[in-house]
Amino acid sequence: MIEKQSLHRREVLRGLTAAAVAAAMGSGIGRAVAGAAESPSNAVPRRGGRIRVASVSSSTADTLDPAKGALSTDYARANMIYSGLTQFDSALNAQPALAEEIHDSGRVLWTLKLRKGVQFHDGKPLTAADVVYSLMRHKTPGTASKVKPIADQFEEVKATGPGEVQIRLTGANADLPAILATTHFLIVQEGTTDFRSRVVGTGPYKCKEFNPGVRTVGTRNPNYWKDGKPYLDEIELVGITDESARVNALLSGDVQLVNAVDPRSIRRVTASAGHAVQETKSGLYTDLIMRQDMSPTGHPDFVLAMKYLLNRELTRKALFRGYATLANDQPIPPGNRYYLADLPQRPYDPERARFLLKKAGLSGTRLVVYASPAAEGSVDMASLLQLSAAEVGLNLAVSRVPADGYWSNHWMKHPLGFGNINPRPTADLLFSTCFKSDAPWNESGWKNEQFDRLLLAARGEADETKRKQMYGDMQVLVHEKGGIGIPVFISLIDGYDRRLRGYGSIPIGGLMGYSFADNVWLDA
Amino acid sequence: MNTTTLLIARRIGIAALTLLLVSVVVFSITSVLPGDAAQAALGQSATPEMIAALRAQMGLDAPAYLRYLHWLGGLLSGNPGQSLSNNTPVAQLIGLRLPKSLWLAGAAAALSVPIALSIGIVSAMHRGSYLDRGLSLVTLGMVAVPEFLVATVAVLIFAVKLHWLSALSYTPDTPGLGQFLRAYAMPVMTLSFVVVAQMARMTRAAVVDQVSRPYVEMAILKGASPARIVLRHALPNAAGPIANAIALSLSYLLGGAIIVETIFNFPGIASLMVDAVTNRDMPLLQACAMIFCCAYLALVLLADVFAIISSPKLRHR
Repeated sequence: MIEKQSLHRREVLRGLTAAAVAAAMGSGIGRAVAGAAESPSNAVPRRGGRIRVASVSSSTADTLDPAKGALSTDYARANMIYSGLTQFDSALNAQPALAEEIHDSGRVLWTLKLRKGVQFHDGKPLTAADVVYSLMRHKTPGTASKVKPIADQFEEVKATGPGEVQIRLTGANADLPAILATTHFLIVQEGTTDFRSRVVGTGPYKCKEFNPGVRTVGTRNPNYWKDGKPYLDEIELVGITDESARVNALLSGDVQLVNAVDPRSIRRVTASAGHAVQETKSGLYTDLIMRQDMSPTGHPDFVLAMKYLLNRELTRKALFRGYATLANDQPIPPGNRYYLADLPQRPYDPERARFLLKKAGLSGTRLVVYASPAAEGSVDMASLLQLSAAEVGLNLAVSRVPADGYWSNHWMKHPLGFGNINPRPTADLLFSTCFKSDAPWNESGWKNEQFDRLLLAARGEADETKRKQMYGDMQVLVHEKGGIGIPVFISLIDGYDRRLRGYGSIPIGGLMGYSFADNVWLDA
Repeated sequence: MNTTTLLIARRIGIAALTLLLVSVVVFSITSVLPGDAAQAALGQSATPEMIAALRAQMGLDAPAYLRYLHWLGGLLSGNPGQSLSNNTPVAQLIGLRLPKSLWLAGAAAALSVPIALSIGIVSAMHRGSYLDRGLSLVTLGMVAVPEFLVATVAVLIFAVKLHWLSALSYTPDTPGLGQFLRAYAMPVMTLSFVVVAQMARMTRAAVVDQVSRPYVEMAILKGASPARIVLRHALPNAAGPIANAIALSLSYLLGGAIIVETIFNFPGIASLMVDAVTNRDMPLLQACAMIFCCAYLALVLLADVFAIISSPKLRHR
């Protein structure tokens, strides 16, 4: 992976195309490269078997429409049935999938060559028209797509040949392959508007049964475009909202794979001989929001003081039982290729905080900090912060509010509160949606012209070294001046039956980045 | 018998009127819930133009009274409308869940009513004895233990440790007896745990209340055996209150099973209603509320009718 990063993007994609062809010819090594993320075990995948998977949520709002997916269960379901133009590997690089080759000119005009011989579950071949339809439908308001703001940068998508699609963007964006790998942009059949019952895709499993809020059953797609895959005969996906019920179902053998295991339940899972947990070090974080347009949280010294008051080590150990990574008040996690490793770690330093608060004339201030179970871990984080603050003469009151309605009624509406940001596939998406001055979820209302300029420049930058430099500068800006404090990146924890093989992690989400269906087999 | 028929007819009329009033209340309460289905569906990614488009698509832009009349008309003609969150007919969604809930409630009732009646009557017959005190202790203990604890402990023992039963209770549409028992054993047990205790306490109280009446004293003086006194004399007069206690407990089995449905991942109608609230899926929510209300009224009505028919005083008037 390290050599690849220094290669030009186009060469990378071409090189992988070659590997994929080799895989199609039956080369074992090629298969391992083309796969999204293989497990370290060397066992030969076995065909057959049936598993039941329990994800965290399931309701009548469950959907088969990739554009509308909102929760991990929706993403996992969509990745069972559909394939994307590209897909993520375990380092979150976009690898070719339905698009065999991707070329670009100036990061604006992109040409995608589609893989030949791909069939939908009903036997119809995949055509350029399906791709055009799948991408353009996000721009129609009636589709109610979750990614309409992202799709709006598709100025034009057209078929330029039977197996070729051209995408013209409104502005340069080097991350298009990664955007196309996200679940919302999975490819559906041209003209599909009814996603209520059995739909067809080009993914590893055919939709056999879809019962919203109850279960989804997929059966093996014998004509899947990945050679030899998928391995299982059938997958049943259910949702179990209650965490202890989910873990119990795993331990009793009723399900073979669950996501969102609480760190407190890990010992129960690992104590069972037949079960194990998979930690995915992700970019998920719960952050302290200090609104820059309100008082006194807009004072730079106050912001810095609060950042020094975050006891990151204790948060990692006590709140997440070690299943978290120390963060440094900037949102790019270690492991991301643009992560700036040189940035010195901000320590827990109450004395410094006391000095800064005194300097700002804010000693003895009384403030309310809003926390909610909706933002994972925020209630405990708020209590920790309250204790640290009391030591330096800052009087914080914790207001714990219910999860229902937190995002619309409290999030970003108080001077001091907590937010929770899910992993984003690219640095650009994360910065554009949560940190750009006019971003919809600019949590602290932070405005920085230099940051905005860097962001736009980095988006179209062809030179990877320069691009990394720019993203590094942006991390420094957020770390030093941003209005949010990030104590830790929270790991995602899945629990699985040890007979389930080929399981791994793709840091975009749990359940192997939602694409477990493509990779696992049952070692009975 | 004429007066009885009249009495029952009046009860049915009142029930119908109650339902109409409930429909108004349900509709207005669900209308004042903050947020609507369009916002819930779009979540964090909503923009004003997307919300407006979706609202128009869902028909949420019409005035409230028109939506109410439209909905009421639909209900009366047997069509409760389309679910907003997944665009399928509400009737179809409920049709999938209601039979399962009815099975669960039915099984729990079949198990708990005989047990509760026996416990209650035996306790009343042996008032003040060690047996009565022991049964009281047990039933009061059962009332005090919350059902999520009962359910969780049951799962830990029977599913996780012993592997006898399934921790999830999803069954195919036409389960065999073995599958049915495996899936329903723990949910039925948990539900029975709660309702048995309540019904047994109420039964005991109703019978004890009768036993202290003068006519029972009379029977005792005439030399009737304790069993005959309770079963022949006290019980028929206590039937009314007992029937009402049973009706209350059973109505809980349908809509109040949410904790059991959550812990055992049972696809019943209570969790359907909770989904509807979370998604602000008003047609579905309103339909569920009306079903619960109907079931409740029907049970209470049945209990009333039963009380009227069984009561020796009303019967011989």
